[in-house]
Amino acid sequence: MDDLVSRESVKLGDSWAEGLRLAFPVMLGYIPVGFAFGVLAQKFGLSPLNALLMSLLVYAGSSQYIAIGLLAASAPWLSVVFTTFVVNLRMMLMSAALSPFLRAWSKPELALFAQQLTDETFAVHATQFAAAPPEKRTVFIINMGAQASWVLGTWLGLLGGQLVPNVEQFGLDYALPALFIALLLMQIKNRVQVAVAIATGLLSVGLLLLGMDQWNVIVAALIGATAGVVMESWTKK
Amino acid sequence: MDQKIVLFTILGMTVVTYLPRVLPVWLLSSRSLPPVVVAWLRHVPVAVLAAMLLPSLVAQEGQLALNVDNLFLWAALPTFLVAWKSNGIFAPVLVGMALMAAARYFLGM
Repeated sequence: MDDLVSRESVKLGDSWAEGLRLAFPVMLGYIPVGFAFGVLAQKFGLSPLNALLMSLLVYAGSSQYIAIGLLAASAPWLSVVFTTFVVNLRMMLMSAALSPFLRAWSKPELALFAQQLTDETFAVHATQFAAAPPEKRTVFIINMGAQASWVLGTWLGLLGGQLVPNVEQFGLDYALPALFIALLLMQIKNRVQVAVAIATGLLSVGLLLLGMDQWNVIVAALIGATAGVVMESWTKK
Repeated sequence: MDQKIVLFTILGMTVVTYLPRVLPVWLLSSRSLPPVVVAWLRHVPVAVLAAMLLPSLVAQEGQLALNVDNLFLWAALPTFLVAWKSNGIFAPVLVGMALMAAARYFLGM
């Protein structure tokens, strides 16, 4: 009995430690980027409450930056909502890609999980799920930590951008790109995936340079994943 | 800026962001998918990550930026190596940040 209890508590401790370990780099990146959003939101004329609500409810960095820019330029609300829709459509791919790993989850758990899905948490989960079945507690610790740090960052930015030193000085703006590099490499296990990564990356850059600055990620990813399946069928023959 | 309109906009943004987040996992997780779809979904993480990462390194404001002062690009090379060797997330994140901080400090960029 004692043994059982202690083993269970070790496991509990493990999932906390694992969650925090994986959440940490994301949080390190979210606080300064959220901070910059808070500073800008206030400068552009959003009320502090609305800025915080946007970070909590929308919780999607690049679309939030675009939205406050459009709002400041007096764009009609419907066009802001539509632009957000287009920019965040890539979430469909991420949500779909994680779905085979979440078969055992209840609908309420999936509903909460989805609200906290971001580029970065997706990248972490996709890497983890490929290695081992998802541990619910670990997953939610990562998600809660990430969202809390995004909202906290926003709040700190609202409190006073001038009071805090420039985050770039500490290289904090590089936490998320570096995390992406690491997670992409961890995902790549074979030659087909190397080809998919290079081709999709280049295609995404190409589309961006052609002016498809809101569609490039989803269009490139759709084509890249399809090319991956096709290449796989070649190598199997 | 009318904060009521802003709030309205935020609620609209919340809906159009939540739907693509929730619908696929909600609808697909309880279904068994054809093997070709499963194979396709397995390629999505690499494809999406690459599609987001590369533009952030080689482009600035929609223009190709392979110039020497694009620190995001040049710091990516050692970060990539560290990620490759360590096969973890901590070392590359810390090395990447340290490189950025050092480059800005010493090069005054």
